[in-house]
Amino acid sequence: MTDTPTPQSGVAQDVPSGPRVPVSSVVANIRDYGLVLALIAIMIFFQLTTGTLFKPVNLSNLVQQNSFIIVMALGMLLVIVSGHIDLSVGSVAGFIGALAAMMMVIWPLGPLSNPLVVSIVCLVIGGAIGAAQGYWIAYHRIPSFIVTLAGMLVFRGMCQGLLGGGSSVGPLPDSFKQLSSGFLPDVIGPITIVPPIVNAAGKTIVGSGIVLHSTTVLLGLIGVALFISAGIRSRRTRERHGYAAEPFALFLVKTLVVSALALFLVYQFALYRGFPIVLVVMGILIAIFVFITKKTTVGRRVYAMGGNIKAAQLSGIKTERLTLLVFVNMGVLSALGGLIIAARLGQAVPAAGLGSELDVIAAVFIGGASAMGGVGQVISTVVGGFIMGVMNNGMSIMGVNVDWQQVVKGLVLLGAVIFDVYNKNKG
Amino acid sequence: MPSYILEMRDITKTFPGVKALSNVNLKVEEGEIHAICGENGAGKSTLMKVLSGVYPAGDYEGQIVYRGKECRFEGIHDSEKIGIVIIHQELALVPMLSITENIFLGNEQAKWGVIDWNANERRTRELLGKVGLVEDPNTLITDIGTGKQQLVEIAKALSKNVELLILDEPTASLSEKDSQALLDLLLEFKKQGITSILISHKLNEINRVADHVTVIRDGRTIETLGRGEISEDRIITSMVGRSLEDRYPPRDPKIGDVIFEVENWSCYHPLHADRQVIKNIDIKVHRGEVVGIAGLMGAGRTEFAMSLFGRSYGRKITGEVRLKGKPIDVSTVGRAVDQGIAYVTEDRKVFGLNLIDDIKNNITLANLKGVARSGVIDELRELDVANDYRKKTNIRSSSVFQKTGNLSGGNQQKVVLSKWLFASPEVLILDEPTRGIDVGAKYEIYTIIARLAAEGRAVIVISSEMPELLGITDRIYVMNEGRIVGEMAASEASQEKIMRAIVRGEGKAAS
Repeated sequence: MTDTPTPQSGVAQDVPSGPRVPVSSVVANIRDYGLVLALIAIMIFFQLTTGTLFKPVNLSNLVQQNSFIIVMALGMLLVIVSGHIDLSVGSVAGFIGALAAMMMVIWPLGPLSNPLVVSIVCLVIGGAIGAAQGYWIAYHRIPSFIVTLAGMLVFRGMCQGLLGGGSSVGPLPDSFKQLSSGFLPDVIGPITIVPPIVNAAGKTIVGSGIVLHSTTVLLGLIGVALFISAGIRSRRTRERHGYAAEPFALFLVKTLVVSALALFLVYQFALYRGFPIVLVVMGILIAIFVFITKKTTVGRRVYAMGGNIKAAQLSGIKTERLTLLVFVNMGVLSALGGLIIAARLGQAVPAAGLGSELDVIAAVFIGGASAMGGVGQVISTVVGGFIMGVMNNGMSIMGVNVDWQQVVKGLVLLGAVIFDVYNKNKG
Repeated sequence: MPSYILEMRDITKTFPGVKALSNVNLKVEEGEIHAICGENGAGKSTLMKVLSGVYPAGDYEGQIVYRGKECRFEGIHDSEKIGIVIIHQELALVPMLSITENIFLGNEQAKWGVIDWNANERRTRELLGKVGLVEDPNTLITDIGTGKQQLVEIAKALSKNVELLILDEPTASLSEKDSQALLDLLLEFKKQGITSILISHKLNEINRVADHVTVIRDGRTIETLGRGEISEDRIITSMVGRSLEDRYPPRDPKIGDVIFEVENWSCYHPLHADRQVIKNIDIKVHRGEVVGIAGLMGAGRTEFAMSLFGRSYGRKITGEVRLKGKPIDVSTVGRAVDQGIAYVTEDRKVFGLNLIDDIKNNITLANLKGVARSGVIDELRELDVANDYRKKTNIRSSSVFQKTGNLSGGNQQKVVLSKWLFASPEVLILDEPTRGIDVGAKYEIYTIIARLAAEGRAVIVISSEMPELLGITDRIYVMNEGRIVGEMAASEASQEKIMRAIVRGEGKAAS
């Protein structure tokens, strides 16, 4: 009886059906574009002020410093989309790092202290930790904030206890450190485009000449080619089924810009030592999570659960099990994050991962996820993570005091969310 | 000439697109108990909201004259200041605060912002004495029953020096004994000169305490009856007396074998373990049949449907469900859906839709398997499905990518229906399928229901709108207080018959 159509629907009702004009898709994605543009603007800003941001060696550093944040942010995205939060990820990462170090260096495990075995065991334990926390959240409806706050204390304590107070444990085996500091081997061998200049002493001047890591170049080219062909293929299928795809011009611009950007980065990496291993790991994970969130029923259900848990339950979705799964996933990724941190430091320290939960959560929210659940994108989260990372890196190079770095990061987080809320109210 | 404490003159209240009240008149004499009767949605609550200032002056047309003076309330505070206090059907008490804290919430006896708890408690004891409630003032609200909570609400009203007390269905959730005590209290207040307005469906209660009855229907005053004129028949006729227009699509029902049976179904309240909400219900539905469940709000219809649908409501659920003669397991929503049962909720915004997601994703949510292969969604197939149902159910939107939160009520309802049609159920339970949607969209939904029945499915429609049930169903069960109190073929049913079954079946089991 009290039918109150919103203004939008009043307008929309008169729009004829049939092939849709995708103007709306541009508007809908304006935020995502805006985020990417913001990242590019920030990068250019630091490039101009420091002059070193885009240097190949710095790009590798950037990836190696921030990969663990991004890896954990992928799990955090699902946690936040499902309407929860996980404050324990930093502590879990620290604990797993300590555990890995103890297993590889201190405990006499014999052949079991092999880095690969230890890593797998650690990932499983991470999953178990996630399950332990998720169990209370999913089946007993204890607020995730409280359960994971407890987890944050418990696992930080266990991390420190395991390491025996304030000491650090190391050094970790070189093969394990490859996870963070290693580069893809150049199977094909370097290609010399411009021979480096050799100085009088017979040594090559660093940075002179152009020698490319050919495996990286090849992988980059293959990746970009796959990206373009997949875009074209998806357009074709849509058109065959009578659905209008986005306008060709937009598609072209988008594809070209992304490809050019990707090739530029590939080129920079190839100039140095090629793709860092951790970048490859991260790239594979990002691809997997894009696939899960966009294409699978599990992903769809997580979004539905976060959007309206009651409607999801009444649609036959087992929300408890799904919540548990989301936290198990978070646990595994926290463990991976912990391994990456330990590998980068070459040892386990009591403060490993301390405070990183905040960076991880910030990355997800800067990426436009909603604190109410149901909204959030993998790619945006990754971009959000890199915005944080580039700011860390750039401000450090500029010599900005760590305290002020915090202030700036805090303001960026607040600004991003205000921008979001403002946009939503306007739309 | 009696002296009127309150006169509401020509009150008209319009919501966007609908007139909730048109020229309603209400005259209440000083010191009487005045009952207001009407079907759900007739406009009783809206009228009381106008009176108490929930809808501020200027939001409606007409005059409110209280003790000879015209009043223009800007909010509840203004009406309470001059002694008009309303007690809503859903009690407005804070469960984890004590009786004293609740009674004086927002009105604490304090000096310089420091609460004098002794004074508050003393006053509370006095007030509790007046309403006849023997409880420690420090008891938490959550620890006392609904009947006592109702009394706390009244004590709270008294603390505000009430002169005109409005009770909106105060006995709806009370036991027989508590109801009697409450009515006695109203009579006691009457002696003390407090005027009451009682909104109630229960004609025996009205008969017992009311001096006048005003009947409202479709947002209009039908008549006001004096003490001598009050009779059940008269009130029922007044309440439902409207003609059945040609608002329903024609159907040619082809009724087959029994497909769906529920036997001896019972369930208890999820929080109050000793309150039985559903009491031994048996129903049967045939193939191709549309069965209605009639009843007033709070009769337990939604609770019945939800307890049936994967135990989504209540606990200690017992009974048997049979599909095509075989007992089936409906203990989780997933199982119920797999067995071919669907439930379209009464509250589409809270339970039906993910409002921040688009039409497409909402339509496929209950049957993602239908558009996926080994867990991977086939995007194009999903689009085809969504577009197909958008066309079939005539959802008006720019595309299937429009967010459901931006659709009108009728179109939202069509999305929820589409979701369940795509799950291709054998038995479809529709809970208030046309609530809050306009006449045109209603017709479309009736057409969909007719089509489903024609396809040989069984449809159960729960509705508070009796004309709707009479217009679209083949058979009607009448429910009241958790029981089936009547069953009739739609062709033999009438609004009077249904109302009579409800009123006379009060507290009795069906024969």
